[in-house]
Amino acid sequence: MYQFTGKLKTIALALMVIGAVGIISGFLATPSSVEEVKEHLHNAHNGHDAHAVAPAAHHEEAKAHDAHQEDHHAEAAHAEEGHGDSHAEHVFHQLKNRPWAAVYVALFFFFGVTLLVLAFNAIQRVAQAGWSIVLFRVMEGITGNLLPVTIILLVFLLLGSAHVHHLFVWMAEGTVDPTAANYDAIIDGKSWWLNVPGWTIRSIVYIVGWNLYRHLSRKASLAEDNETNLVSYRKNFKMSVAFLGFFLFTESMMSWDWIMSLDPHWFSTLFGWYVLATFMVSAVTVIAIVTVYLQSKGHLPFVNNSHIHDLAKFMFGFSIFWTYLWFSQFMLIWYADMPEETTYFVQRFEEYKLPFLAMIPMNFIFPILLLINSDYKRIPQFVIGAGVVVLLGHYLDVFVMIMPATVGGEWFIGIPEVGAILFFLGLFIYAVFSSIAKAPLLAKGNPFLHESETFHY
Amino acid sequence: MSSHYEAPIREPLVLGDKSYHDITVDIAKPIEGKANKNWYIAFTISLIAFLWGIGCISYTIGTGIGVWGLNKNIGWAWDITNFVWWVGIGHAGTLISAVLLLFRQRWRMAINRSAEAMTIFAVFQAGLFPLIHMGRPWNGYWVLPIPNQFGSLWVNFNSPLLWDVFAISTYLSVSLVFWWTGLLPDFAMLRDRAVKPFQKKIYALLSFGWSGRAKDWQRFEEVSLVLAGLATPLVLSVHTIVSMDFATSINPGWHSTIFPPYFVAGAIFSGFAMVQTLLGIMRKVTNLENYITRLHVEYMNMVIMLTGGIVAVAYASEFFIAWYTGSPYENFTYMSVGAATGAYGWAFWSLILFNILIPQFLWIRSVRRSFIGSFLISIAINIGMWFERFDIIAIVLSKGHLPSTWTRFEPTFVDVGIFIGTIGFFGVLFLLYARTFPVIAQAEVKSIMKVSGENYKKLRDGNHE
Repeated sequence: MYQFTGKLKTIALALMVIGAVGIISGFLATPSSVEEVKEHLHNAHNGHDAHAVAPAAHHEEAKAHDAHQEDHHAEAAHAEEGHGDSHAEHVFHQLKNRPWAAVYVALFFFFGVTLLVLAFNAIQRVAQAGWSIVLFRVMEGITGNLLPVTIILLVFLLLGSAHVHHLFVWMAEGTVDPTAANYDAIIDGKSWWLNVPGWTIRSIVYIVGWNLYRHLSRKASLAEDNETNLVSYRKNFKMSVAFLGFFLFTESMMSWDWIMSLDPHWFSTLFGWYVLATFMVSAVTVIAIVTVYLQSKGHLPFVNNSHIHDLAKFMFGFSIFWTYLWFSQFMLIWYADMPEETTYFVQRFEEYKLPFLAMIPMNFIFPILLLINSDYKRIPQFVIGAGVVVLLGHYLDVFVMIMPATVGGEWFIGIPEVGAILFFLGLFIYAVFSSIAKAPLLAKGNPFLHESETFHY
Repeated sequence: MSSHYEAPIREPLVLGDKSYHDITVDIAKPIEGKANKNWYIAFTISLIAFLWGIGCISYTIGTGIGVWGLNKNIGWAWDITNFVWWVGIGHAGTLISAVLLLFRQRWRMAINRSAEAMTIFAVFQAGLFPLIHMGRPWNGYWVLPIPNQFGSLWVNFNSPLLWDVFAISTYLSVSLVFWWTGLLPDFAMLRDRAVKPFQKKIYALLSFGWSGRAKDWQRFEEVSLVLAGLATPLVLSVHTIVSMDFATSINPGWHSTIFPPYFVAGAIFSGFAMVQTLLGIMRKVTNLENYITRLHVEYMNMVIMLTGGIVAVAYASEFFIAWYTGSPYENFTYMSVGAATGAYGWAFWSLILFNILIPQFLWIRSVRRSFIGSFLISIAINIGMWFERFDIIAIVLSKGHLPSTWTRFEPTFVDVGIFIGTIGFFGVLFLLYARTFPVIAQAEVKSIMKVSGENYKKLRDGNHE
C-alpha cells in the first residue's frame, strides 16, 4: 500500500493555498468601473506616445477588430455612447473576465487530462492490453481527481448561467431578444442548441455519466483483487465498452458546449476531436510522470522500463496525432479563407502570436526529436523532461482556445493564470495521491496481470 | 519482441495440432497444386469484366469525357467516387500490416499478407481514375514537376489534386516495398520446396537470395518496424490528402475540417470490410480455416465496429455543425435534412442503412463470430461506403450556392462499365495472387505458433476451459 506522505500533502495544500491567493488577487486587481479603465488607457497612451506610436496604433486596431468580431458582446448595448466609451467599456469587460478565464483555462486543462486518463484506462481494458495492467492502479488513482474537478467545473459553469461571470457571451441578456440592443441574429439562430436550460442539462448529463463509470469501474477493479473467477473483470470490460461509446459522443458535445460556444459565431466540425487529441497526449504524459514518480519512490517494483517505453511511445504518437489535427483544422480554414471561419485564426494569430506559435515546437518538434530514440524512451529523465514541455504546451493550447474569446487582447500569463494552475495542480496532487493510497498498487485478479508483469519489449 | 508467456484467457490463433512443417505445407498447397474449376470460372468472369472496363476506358479516351454522365455543374461523380472508394479499401492493408504491428497484435499475422495484396491491387484501381477522368490524359505527365522546354513550366503545389499524385504514388511504392520485404522469407520457402526448375528459378528471383541468417532476421525485423512507423503516418496522410480534395474547397458540405480524420476512419472501416469479404471466401477455398479463424473474424469485426462508431460520430458532427452554422447553404449538404428529403434521399438513406444501421448487428456476439453474418455485413459496408463517397460528391454538387445551377447526375453505361471493369481487374489480380503468392505470411505465423497455437496452449495451460 502506498502512503500519502505528510510532505507531499503539505506541498499539495501549499500549492492550493498559494494558488487560491493568486486567484483571489486576480479578482481584486480587476477594475471596478469603466472610468478606471479609461484612466488606465489614457495613462498607457501617454506613457507610450513618446516612443511607441506605431505599436499603440496597432494595438488600437487590434482592439477595433476585436470589437467588431464580438459585436454580440455586451458593449454593443452601449454603442450609442460613442466609440471611445464603447472601447473602454469593452476593455472593462475583458479585464473583468480575465480572472474567471484564468481559472477556466486551468480548470478545463486539469479536467480534460483527468477525463482522458479515464478514457485511456477504459481503452486498455477494452483492448485487453497485456502490458498496462501493472499501471491500472496508477491510472485509477489519477481519475480520483475526476469527481472534485468536475464538481468545481459544474459549479463554474452554473455560475455562468447565473450571470455571475460572462465568459459565455451567448448567455448575455438580450442576445436572443429581437427588441434588445445587443440582439444577435446568429446566436438567436443557434438558440435551439445554445440555450441555458439545455446546456445545463447536457453538462450535468456528461459529468454524471463520466463519474458514474469511474465509480463503478473502480469498484469492479477493487473487487477483482479478491476474485478467482472473472465476474468483475467481465463486468468491468462491458462497462468500459459502454463508457467508450458514451464518451465518443459526449466528448465532442462537451467540447462544443464548453469551449466552442465561447466563440458562438465560429464553428469547426473537427473541434471535438481536436480537443480530444490535446488531452489524450496530456493524459498519457501525466500517467508517465506519476508512474515515474511512484517508481522512483519504490512503490512500483513490478514496473520496468519497457512499460515506460510504451508510455513514451504513446506520448510520441499522440503528439504527432495532435499536430495532425491541429494542422488539419488550421490549414483547411486558412486555405478556404472563408470570413466566418478565418476570424478565429486571424485573432489568434494577431493577438496571441507567441502562445499560438509556441505550441508547435513544444507539442510537436521537441517531443518528436527527443522521443524518437528507443533508448531515450526508457530513460525516466527524458520522459519527464519531454512530459513537462508537452504539458505546458497543451496548457497553452487550452489557453489559446479560451482566452481570445473571453479577454481578447488583454491577455497575460500573470498572477491569476499561474495561481489557477497552482491551485488545480495542488488539488490534482491531493486527490490523486490520496486516491492511490486507498488501494494496493498492483491490480490482482486481472487475467492479463502476469503478461504485464513479465512484459518486455 | 514481447514475452513468450501468454495469458490462458487468450484464445488460440492457430488451430489444430500444427507443426512448423504443417504450416509450410498448408500455405504452399494452393501454389503447388492445380487450380480447380471454380477458380477458372471466377477468373473468366473477372477477366471479362476487366476487358469490358478496358473497352469503356478506351471509348472514353477516344470519344471524350462527354460519354460519362457528368454535366457542367457535377464535374465529379462516379470517377472520383470510385477513386476514393478504392483508395479507402486499400487502407486496411497498411493498417493491418503497419498499425497492428505497432500495437503488437499477433492476430494480424494470418491476414496481413492478403490485406497488403488487397491494398496494392486496390491502389492500382484507384490510380486509374485520376488518369482517365482527365479530359486530356495524354498530358497527364504534366502533373509532374519535370524541367521542360516551356521555360521550365512547373506545377502549382497548392492543389490537393497534385498532393494526391504524390500521396498515391508514395503510398503505392511504400506499400509495395513493405509487402515485398515481408514476402522474402516466404518466397525463399517456395523456392526451396519447388521441384520444377522453372518454378525454382522464378521463386529464386523473387526471393532475392534470402537465406534466413540471424543477422538477416534481425535487420528484417528492424526494417519492418521502421517501415511500419513510416507507413502509419503515410496511411493517415494519404487519405487525409484525398479528403482535402473536398475539404479545401468552399462548397458547403465539402468544406469541413473533420474530413481528414473522418475519411481515414471511413477508409479503415471500408477496407476492413473488404478484407472480411475476401478472406471469408479465401479461408474456405484455400483450406486455411485453421489460420484465419473465427477469432480473426471477430477481431476484424471489432475494428469495423470501432471505426464505424467513429464514422457515426463524424456523421453526427457533420449534421450538427451544418445545422449549427445557421447558413442556409448547409441545408443541402450530404448530411442534412435537405439531403434526407431531396432528390437523392435514396442515396442518403442507403448510406445510413448500410453504414450505420446494419453494422450495429455486430454488437451481437454470435453475429460477430459468424462467418456468413460477417460476410453479409461486410458486403453491406462496402456498398454503404460507396454511397458515402457518392453522397459527399454528387449530392453536394447537385445543389450548390446558386439554385440556377441545381441539377442531377445520371450515370451512363460507361460510368458503370468502368467501375465494373475495375472490380474485374481487381479480381484478376487477386485471383492470380492467390495462386502464385503465399497468401499467409508463414514465417510470421511460425513465430506465434508456440505462443498462440492451440495445442501448445493446451499443453501449457493444462485443463484450462
